[in-house]
Amino acid sequence: MAAEPQGFRYIGRKRRPKEDRRFVAGSGRYVADIILPGMLHVALVASPHPAARIVAIDATAALKLPRVKAVLTGEELAGAVEPVFTGLDLPKMKRNPLAQAVVRYVGEWVVAVVAETRALAEDAAELVQVDYAPLPHVIDPEAALEPDAPPVHADHGSNVFYRRRFVWGPVESDFAASSHRIAYRARWHRSATVPIETFGVMARWSAAAQLLDVWASIQMPKYPENLARALRLPGNAVRVHFDVDVGGSYGVKRGLKHSILVGYLARKLGAPVRLIEDRLDNMRGGDAHGPDRIFDIEMAFDGDGVVRAMKMRAIDDVGAYAGRAPLQLGKPVGAIVGPYRIKSVAYEPISVSTNKTPEEAVRGFGQSPTNFAIETGMDLIGRKLGIDRIELRRRNLIRREEFPYAIPSGSTYDSGDYHAVLDKVLAAADWNALVQRRDAARAAGRLAGIGVSCCLEPSGGNSAFEPLLNAKNETTTWMEGCQVKIDLTGAVIAAMATSSSGQGHETLVATVVGEILERDPDTIRVVHADSLGALPSNSPVGSRMAIMLGGAAAGAAKKLRTQLVAIAAHNLGVAPEACVYAEGAASSAADPTKRLSWAQLVEIAHRKFHLMPPGMEPGLQASHVWEVPTGGSLPTPDGRVQMYPCYAFEAHVVYAEIDRITGQVALRAYFVGHDCGVMINPDIVHGMTYGGIAHGIGAALYERFQYDDNGQLLSGSFMDYLIPSSHEVPDITIVDHCTPSPLTTFGQKGSGEAGYLGAPAAIASAVNDALAPLGLHIAALPMTVAALGDLLATKADAK
Amino acid sequence: MSQHPVTLTVNGETRSADVPARLTLVDFLRETLNLTGTHAGCEHGVCGACTVLMDGEPVRSCLLFAVQADGAQIVTVEGLAPDAEGLSVLQDSFCEVHALQCGFCTPGMLIAAHALLTRNPDPSDADIREAIGGNLCRCTGYKQIVEAVALAARRLRGANEPAPRERSHGG
Repeated sequence: MAAEPQGFRYIGRKRRPKEDRRFVAGSGRYVADIILPGMLHVALVASPHPAARIVAIDATAALKLPRVKAVLTGEELAGAVEPVFTGLDLPKMKRNPLAQAVVRYVGEWVVAVVAETRALAEDAAELVQVDYAPLPHVIDPEAALEPDAPPVHADHGSNVFYRRRFVWGPVESDFAASSHRIAYRARWHRSATVPIETFGVMARWSAAAQLLDVWASIQMPKYPENLARALRLPGNAVRVHFDVDVGGSYGVKRGLKHSILVGYLARKLGAPVRLIEDRLDNMRGGDAHGPDRIFDIEMAFDGDGVVRAMKMRAIDDVGAYAGRAPLQLGKPVGAIVGPYRIKSVAYEPISVSTNKTPEEAVRGFGQSPTNFAIETGMDLIGRKLGIDRIELRRRNLIRREEFPYAIPSGSTYDSGDYHAVLDKVLAAADWNALVQRRDAARAAGRLAGIGVSCCLEPSGGNSAFEPLLNAKNETTTWMEGCQVKIDLTGAVIAAMATSSSGQGHETLVATVVGEILERDPDTIRVVHADSLGALPSNSPVGSRMAIMLGGAAAGAAKKLRTQLVAIAAHNLGVAPEACVYAEGAASSAADPTKRLSWAQLVEIAHRKFHLMPPGMEPGLQASHVWEVPTGGSLPTPDGRVQMYPCYAFEAHVVYAEIDRITGQVALRAYFVGHDCGVMINPDIVHGMTYGGIAHGIGAALYERFQYDDNGQLLSGSFMDYLIPSSHEVPDITIVDHCTPSPLTTFGQKGSGEAGYLGAPAAIASAVNDALAPLGLHIAALPMTVAALGDLLATKADAK
Repeated sequence: MSQHPVTLTVNGETRSADVPARLTLVDFLRETLNLTGTHAGCEHGVCGACTVLMDGEPVRSCLLFAVQADGAQIVTVEGLAPDAEGLSVLQDSFCEVHALQCGFCTPGMLIAAHALLTRNPDPSDADIREAIGGNLCRCTGYKQIVEAVALAARRLRGANEPAPRERSHGG
């Protein structure tokens, strides 16, 4: 349904992504595919206790097995490396790759065993004897907040990692002036992105070069620098190879602890060492769980349903250790009112530790749970006032003419036309027909509901939440770079500085460079430079690459185009402004017969210095590094800050039926209206949106890292942690809309989190619409068969 | 660890090796034969990333030992293309529709879809969803995969028909 893009040659047109061919041929190069001579393998001994003191470790039997090379304990490692960095100011919380003295969650790595094969390493790991003295533990996040709760980190003094109450605008007087209010709790249980490829890393130390080479399945800002610092090496002694294909990440592939461990072992043993998580390693000890939130919300509104003010308390259970993940309470500040004209907000984020697997960044960095919490309120208000949910949203949505729109917490939304997108998706879904379908199903005795959600995808990833939640961190720079060159043969090569996990960055870069240079993107080679050869990058986080890498690549290409024009102008005897550039050739505007071809311009730049304009560098190469648009400011004392620059909008409509007996939800129709500005490659944007919705379906209905009271993870395999298959994900229809961003090179916004940000809210809305005739309501995700079956049983029992 | 001789045909080539009894077929393909196109995702038979054809049927190579494949005909993703430079119609259709993102589940997905098209030249969308129902993809939401398999089926059915027919995309 995409409209043909205006004014672009390659951008927005259907093009085959450059990456796809190698993947369908089975020629992807993932970290587990890289074989080095003499490579050794790591297996891990994990804690069976949620909290315990390590009394003794006996590895004698393990070390006696043939071809076992080493057994590493937390004591040895902690003495040789720095702890994993943390985003919050928590000097007393030490996070070591292997537990030192105390274990704090089931699955925490205690001992690493190295052998010539993974199987042998696992054999040896089974022979390691660890004696533990169990300690009191705490699993429930609210219990962990109690003053007498067992401390996860005794030295820290409490289980609260972060707590602050922000007040933006006259919240109390707005509440007092409003005729109505609601208060509700919304629960987002722990799930994550759980890529099909687990995390893996391999390192090789060269004593001769004093250089650590690293190959990793990584998606992490400043990974090379953090790794070097932890290993006490200069930054230029760690070379991360970004030409490793990453088998999915969506935020979580931040295996810094794995990498520190492997880097240390590679240096100690003088051999390449690799750690490829198995599925249980990944789900239990891989430290890759996602947000686990309790929202307590009040909204104040008038009789017409217009919301004036909101108070939100968000408790986030980050598990046993803090990394960057607690900052996921900060990112939603940039869209804390969603797409609505809420004038004042009180926001109280609370980060609490429990004896569970640590949390990591997940797609949207806290935004999807927050969107679910806000949308739950919108439905409740509509129900309370008897106002149609769509009409209620229309009354509250920011209007097109109000952009740029400043929200109370300090961010300004760049552009949008929310009403138009909502209207479009309702038309595509044929809303009235959908209502008839639902009502017919109800008349036939079935539980049927329609769900709606509207939400934003903040994009162009900045890191403004770092200084917002940690005053000692003054990070305001979140740049991205790209280098483009034209070689002597006239071939174009662009170098990016990060690995990719399915986002199609090579296609992105080739398309925008091709757009600027007017050269066929299929002829442009895009490489992933290693960290020593690369320009600065902050990696593909926060839906930023279309904006930031796209902008960097375009910026470099524009510099090259300017050079080409200057060379032509110099040789044609005209001013550069009087030169016309077209498809790689440059001619005189006044006399088109005066023309230099691409080959001629390249020849001059590479071989004929005597024909070069004075002062111009020979060769054709340019770099562009730029800061996030609107970035660069620290928060105000009351915690207002511009978070991300660009705001994409999505409106979901979903039709669902629930089996009365089992509680099984079936999604029968799914529509989403989506406006992410100018799409660079529509197939890629659509693919990420479909996938984001599928991921959201998982978070809404199936996926949960469930713990028992003893701190045991009950869903550590794909038999228990249920990822939606082609049976659970319905056919989805995307309705595109385009409101260009005024802040970006081509009007593009981000889309890497699309779908996921609104799907859980929409599905919850549909489930509750289906339950409404029974007088039932549920505001906890995932709405599993067990949860809904139990809820429905309460009604059956009452009959 | 006892070693056992196995001889099997992989992508048309006869391969023999002495393998430990506990070596899985996926590890044998990846580590012994260096056919790294087949991926290990969950190693407990749920995700389908390791799917290969064994005697024409899609199987989980993580749930089989290499010794169980003794004498079998195995086809991996590396064996789908007609030659080193080309792609099968199915592979090409995946590229045309962008039926993948990170590519990790793709080899297993291709094998499952290939098996479907071998037995059913005109599958419905429901047939396709059923055929790939044992292959998890975390990137795509399956929609473009279903479209790609349907496109491949159309193109394969049209292969022997006279013009007009869909424009070839090469490969």
